[in-house]
Amino acid sequence: MSSTFRIQEKNSGKTRNILAPLWFLLPALILICIFIYYPVIRTAGLSLQNFKLFAQDDIYFAGFQNFSVIFNDLHFKRIMVNSVIWVVVSLFFQFTIGFVLALYLNTKFKFSGLYQAIIFIPWALSGFLMGLIWKWIFDDNLGIMNTILEGIGLIDKPIPWLSNDKWAMAAVIIANIWYGVTFFVIMILAALQGVPKEILEAAELDGASSRQRLFLVIVPFIKNTLVLIILLRVIWITNFPDLIFGMTSGGPNEQTHILSSWLVQKITYDQDWGAGSALGMFILIILFIFSVFYLLAVKIEDGDK
Amino acid sequence: MLKGFSKGTKVTVLTIWFLFTIFPLYWMFLTSIRPVREVTKHFFWPRSNSTLESYRALFRDYAFGTYLKNSFVVAIAASALVIFIGMLGAYSLARYRFKGKSQVMLVFLVTQMIPGLIALAPLYLLLSRLNLLNTLIALVLCYLGGMIPFATLMLRGFLQQIPPELDEAALIDGCNRVSALFRVIFPVALPGVAATFIFSFVQCWNELFLAMVLIDSDANKTFPVAERSFIGAYFIEWGGLAASVMIGIIPTMIMFGLMSKFMISGLSAGIVKG
Repeated sequence: MSSTFRIQEKNSGKTRNILAPLWFLLPALILICIFIYYPVIRTAGLSLQNFKLFAQDDIYFAGFQNFSVIFNDLHFKRIMVNSVIWVVVSLFFQFTIGFVLALYLNTKFKFSGLYQAIIFIPWALSGFLMGLIWKWIFDDNLGIMNTILEGIGLIDKPIPWLSNDKWAMAAVIIANIWYGVTFFVIMILAALQGVPKEILEAAELDGASSRQRLFLVIVPFIKNTLVLIILLRVIWITNFPDLIFGMTSGGPNEQTHILSSWLVQKITYDQDWGAGSALGMFILIILFIFSVFYLLAVKIEDGDK
Repeated sequence: MLKGFSKGTKVTVLTIWFLFTIFPLYWMFLTSIRPVREVTKHFFWPRSNSTLESYRALFRDYAFGTYLKNSFVVAIAASALVIFIGMLGAYSLARYRFKGKSQVMLVFLVTQMIPGLIALAPLYLLLSRLNLLNTLIALVLCYLGGMIPFATLMLRGFLQQIPPELDEAALIDGCNRVSALFRVIFPVALPGVAATFIFSFVQCWNELFLAMVLIDSDANKTFPVAERSFIGAYFIEWGGLAASVMIGIIPTMIMFGLMSKFMISGLSAGIVKG
């Protein structure tokens, strides 16, 4: 797609031309190494150390002690289950709603420009603050959610949204769906705008119904995009503790923690950086394994890149 | 495209999602203009006793002027540097074909799979050794490093849409490559540059965990960290929180409103077209 620029600089020796692209990239690469790759290596090191911020004179190599602390934690199983539910349920609804909205927004209507701008609202504030807002809405006694649900007759008595562990999990996931649809609308809308009109017209002439056009023409055309954004989204949702942090801080009784919110708690509140880093490595490894299997399973083709 | 679904369904779906999307903010707005003793009441419309007291308190009882300024300084400095360094990298990736290019692309792409949270502890240790803890410079550096890969890919997508003949002409006219990039290509790529800038700005504006770990002193707190002061041990000061939410959302909403069209094509160029 991109035409490669032929190098026709005047008075420039051959060596300079070979190095030019790397000079341009050097600042970015240095920053990436220092601020992204170095921390990964350091985290790997920390995960094998007994490292507590409040006891800095007591730092020593501890082997896999941090990992065993995590795996043997009373809440570990619950947190794993929560993480899976958090990712799968959020992703399913974010994707489905995002897809439908993107299809609608791909056709022009009176307020479509304005609507596109409104889609961005969830991104206008930090996930943590959005979590606090939802906490306010879902509050067991003062929250508007129960008032609304009672008002339209869906429930008889208030739901203990944030004090019951199952309802609390439902509440944080609802908030996460609200937050994450934006991403899918943007990505899918951009992909839909790349579907050539001729293909759709040809399919219509051949008598394909709109459902057939959707599933037999449009979806195959944007398949690689869908595959990639779902993978990125799984990684991203797994590492998105902000909402939970704002809404429940993992409570009641640690029952709404996911792996990444647990990590934040280990780093910021417990200040046990050894355990926090072990948790970080655990997340990284799980996501890596998942990504490999996912990409093998869907066999991404070198198609519509 | 979707003639199978009736227009009624479409309007219903879009309306429901619209209400669901804006309701939390509308509710925060109502909370922010209620008198303190009515903060917990459930009125759905502004009432005659509405007041701006919660807003005044932000700047009188809390130093929100300072926090907002800190956030602005950090977000603008980091985003400007992201654009400058990202443009150089993006130019290289968009225009040159060179040995090792696919490896470099891989270095950029793999960053998208690494959870930023694991950098919290290492960056704290790194910056404390550099004596930069508790400074805004620390935040600028970390945000810059974190955002560079995505911004570079996003800018690359925009640069690829600009015909290379343009820079060839500039070179023939005697520009060197860097001045051709910033004097000739930059203005043409301005919508894309603006979209990238805004995306970076919003990310900095909203970042919480790094700012929480790296900044301790009240004078250097950013806006999201300061919001935590409304959360007491036993109760949350909802009026003040709501007012600060409404203030914090103004710059980001204006930017998104202006640029939503370019954001859509630009973000997907950064993510998908690697």
